[in-house]
Amino acid sequence: MLALPDLHSVNAGKPRPLITAVITIALLLWATPGTGAQEVRSKNATKTQPNTPVVEPESALVKTLVEIRNNRLDEALIEVNTVLASYPNFRLAHLIKGDLLLSRSRPLKELGEAPNAPREPVEDLREEAHARLARYNRERPTDRVPKFLVKLNAEQKHALIVDTRQSTLYVFENRNGEPYYLTDYYVTIGKNGVDKHKEGDKRTPLGVYHVTSNLPRAKLPDLYGSGAYPISYPNEFDKREGRGGKGIWLHGTPSATYSRPPRASDGCVALTNQDLDILGKSLQIGITPVIISEGIEWVKPEAVTALRKELLTEVEAWRKDWASLNIDAYLQHYAPGFTSGSQSLDEWKQQKRSLNASKTWIKVGLKNVSVFLYPGRNDLAVVAFEQNYSSSNLSNQMRKRQYWLREKASWRILYEGSA
Amino acid sequence: MTFMPSRPLSVQIAALLAALFFGSVCNAQNDEFQEAQKLFRGGQYAQALERVDVLLKSSPKDARSRFLKGLILTEQNKTAEAIRIFSALTEDYPELPEPYNNLAVLYAQQGQYDKARNALDLSIRTHPSYATAHENLGDIYAKMASQAYDKALQLDKGNAGAQTKLGLIKELFSSSGKGVKPSATKGEPVEKGATVLTAPVAKPAPAAAVTPQTPPSAPAAAASPPAPAKAVEPVTTKPAADQSSAEVLKTVYGWAQAWSNNDVSSYLAYYAKDFRTPQGESRSEWEASRKVRIAKPKKIEVGVEQPKISVTDAKRISVTFRQNYNSPNLKVTGMKTLVMVKNGDRWQIQQELVGS
Repeated sequence: MLALPDLHSVNAGKPRPLITAVITIALLLWATPGTGAQEVRSKNATKTQPNTPVVEPESALVKTLVEIRNNRLDEALIEVNTVLASYPNFRLAHLIKGDLLLSRSRPLKELGEAPNAPREPVEDLREEAHARLARYNRERPTDRVPKFLVKLNAEQKHALIVDTRQSTLYVFENRNGEPYYLTDYYVTIGKNGVDKHKEGDKRTPLGVYHVTSNLPRAKLPDLYGSGAYPISYPNEFDKREGRGGKGIWLHGTPSATYSRPPRASDGCVALTNQDLDILGKSLQIGITPVIISEGIEWVKPEAVTALRKELLTEVEAWRKDWASLNIDAYLQHYAPGFTSGSQSLDEWKQQKRSLNASKTWIKVGLKNVSVFLYPGRNDLAVVAFEQNYSSSNLSNQMRKRQYWLREKASWRILYEGSA
Repeated sequence: MTFMPSRPLSVQIAALLAALFFGSVCNAQNDEFQEAQKLFRGGQYAQALERVDVLLKSSPKDARSRFLKGLILTEQNKTAEAIRIFSALTEDYPELPEPYNNLAVLYAQQGQYDKARNALDLSIRTHPSYATAHENLGDIYAKMASQAYDKALQLDKGNAGAQTKLGLIKELFSSSGKGVKPSATKGEPVEKGATVLTAPVAKPAPAAAVTPQTPPSAPAAAASPPAPAKAVEPVTTKPAADQSSAEVLKTVYGWAQAWSNNDVSSYLAYYAKDFRTPQGESRSEWEASRKVRIAKPKKIEVGVEQPKISVTDAKRISVTFRQNYNSPNLKVTGMKTLVMVKNGDRWQIQQELVGS
C-alpha cells in the first residue's frame, strides 16, 4: 500500500499565496495619508446615485480590496471579475486581478507587482487606487454644506464643486435655493496639480467658473471620450491676476480606458465617460457653476445663511445708493483696487459722476442673484445677476458679474462687468 | 511586450508511470510498449506512433498506450488530437492526475488559461501531492496575472501568448526526456531519482498486491529531529514579537512531532476551531481523512527546516518553512506556510498552505 503523500494534501486544489504578502498590499493602501486604518463603510447604502448601474465600479473595487484585507482571496477574485465583466477597460481592476492571480504563484509585496513593468503607469494606477480608496473612506458631512455655495439662483438647477485634493467632483442640486448633495464622481486633474498660471503648465485652475458650451463627441478626438464642456477659465479675477492659458474643459476618457490616474490631464477635469454622460444631463450652458478648489470647507447651513444675508445686504445697499442718485454713497461701494475692463477706479468714478449729472431719475432692479465664495479666499465673493436698469435718458438690461472683496468689516466691489 | 515569466513557463508534461496500476499486461505487450517508449524518447515520433497504434488495436482501452500516444502527438504539435486523447483519458480514468495535467499544458499552449486552470485543479484534486501540477498551476496563474497586467498597463497582448508557446515547447522536450525513466521491470514503481513527486497514484490497490520498492537507503534517523531554536530567523526585533515567535515555533515543532509520532489526537489538537479545511469540506470529513493518513504509515518523519516568521499582528503569525516528509513509501519536500492564530494562550493553526 502506498502511503498517501502529505505535503500537498492541505489546501489541495487551491494553492494559496503567502497570505501575509497579500495582506501587505491592503495595508499599504490602508495606510494612505488621510485614510487611516478606519473601517471601510458600506457607502452603497447611503450614496444616492441617479441611474445607478448594476455594478458601481468604485465600491465594487473597494470591496475587492476589503476582501483582500480580510484574506478572502477567492472572493476578491470573484469580485474583481464582476467589476471587469461590466467595465472591461478598468485598468486598476486589471492590476488588482493581476496581483490576485500572481499571489498564487509567488508572494507579493505591494499593489501592482507586475514584474518588470515600467514604473510610471504602475505608479499612476497605485495613485488611482489610493485616491479611490480615500474617496470611499471619506465621510461626507451630511449635515453640512460647502461654504462656497452662498446663494444659487432659480435658474441654476445644479452646482458642481471639484475638490482637487480628493479627486472628486460633487454635484449639488438646487432645491429652493438650498444646495443638496446629489452625488460625486472620481475625476482626473492636471498632471502638475492645481493653480494654473499659464498656457501649457498642465495645471488645473482654482476658482469660480461656469460651463460655457457643449462639444459633442462626434466633433472631438477620442482623447476626450464621450464629450466635453468647456468652462470659463480664465475668469475676470484670473485675468486681473495675470493668469493665462485657455481650453479648460470637463470631459470624458479615451475609449481604451475606463478611467485615468488622479493626475494625468493637461489641466482639464476628466471624468469616466459613463459619469460624464450622466453629469451632462444636469449641465446648463452658460449657467451651471463649476467651482474648483483644493479642499472644501463644509459648514453648517446657518453659517451659509448668515453669509448670504451679509452679502445680499451689501448688494442691496449698492443698488439703492445707485438708484438714489447719491453718487458719493454709490461710489463708496467700490474698492481702491477696482477695475472694470481697462478702466481704473478713478476713470470709473469720473464716468459715473458725469453720467449721473445728466439724469433726473434711475431705477435698478436685480433678478436671479447668485453668490459664490471664491475658493481659498474667505474675503472674495462672486456675485452675478440680471440687471434691469432704467433712467430718465437710458434704459437697458444686462447680465452682470461683480467680485466683492471684504476689507475689514465691509464688502466692496473689486470688479464689475457684463457677464 | 510582456513582463512575465522571469523563469520560463515551466509547464511540464507529466510522465505516466502506469505499470503499477494497470495490472496485468502480458509480457509481449509490455515489450512492445517499452519499445514504443524508447522510440518516443529517442525522438522518433512517427515510429513510436506506429507501435502505439498497433498496441491500441489489440487493446484500445489501455491507458498506458493512450497516454504515450498523447505525448507523441503533443511532440508532433498535433495539439487538437493530443487534447482529444488526454481528454478521453480523464473521462475514463478520472482518478489519474497526469492526463489532467497534460491537458492543462495543451490548453495553456493555446492560451486557454481558464481551461488549463480547471484541468490542473482536477489533477490536484485527484492527487494532492502532485507537484508538477502544483507548479504548473502556479505558472498558469502567473500567466493569467501577466495578461491582467498587460491589460492594466495597456501593453501589447499579442506577444505574451507567443512567448508562452515557445517556453512551453521547450519545456516539453526537456521534461519528457528526463521526467520519464525506463521502468526496468514490469510492476515496479519508478526509480526514486526520477521525479519523486510524480509518485504514482491513487487507486488504492489491495495492500498485498503491491510491494513498494523503497530503497532502504533513506536515512531514517537523520531525517527530522526538531531543529534547534537558533535556526529561527526572527523578522522582528520587538521583544513581545520575539516572545510570540518563540511560542509559535515551539508549536510548529510540536505539531511536526505529533505527526511524526502518528499521534492523531494530539496532531488534530493543533488545529484551531475555525481552521479552514483545504477544500471547504466539513471538519469531521477533514479529520477523518487526516486520521487515515497520519495513523496508517508505519513510520513518518516530518521535518521543519528554515522557518521564517511573519507577524501580522499580536494574534496572528505565519510561519513558512521547508517541510520534509519522509515515510517508507514517500519522500516529499516542499514549502509550507502555517497561518497561526492565538486562541487564549495557545497558538493554533488556522490555515495550512502549500507552495513556494
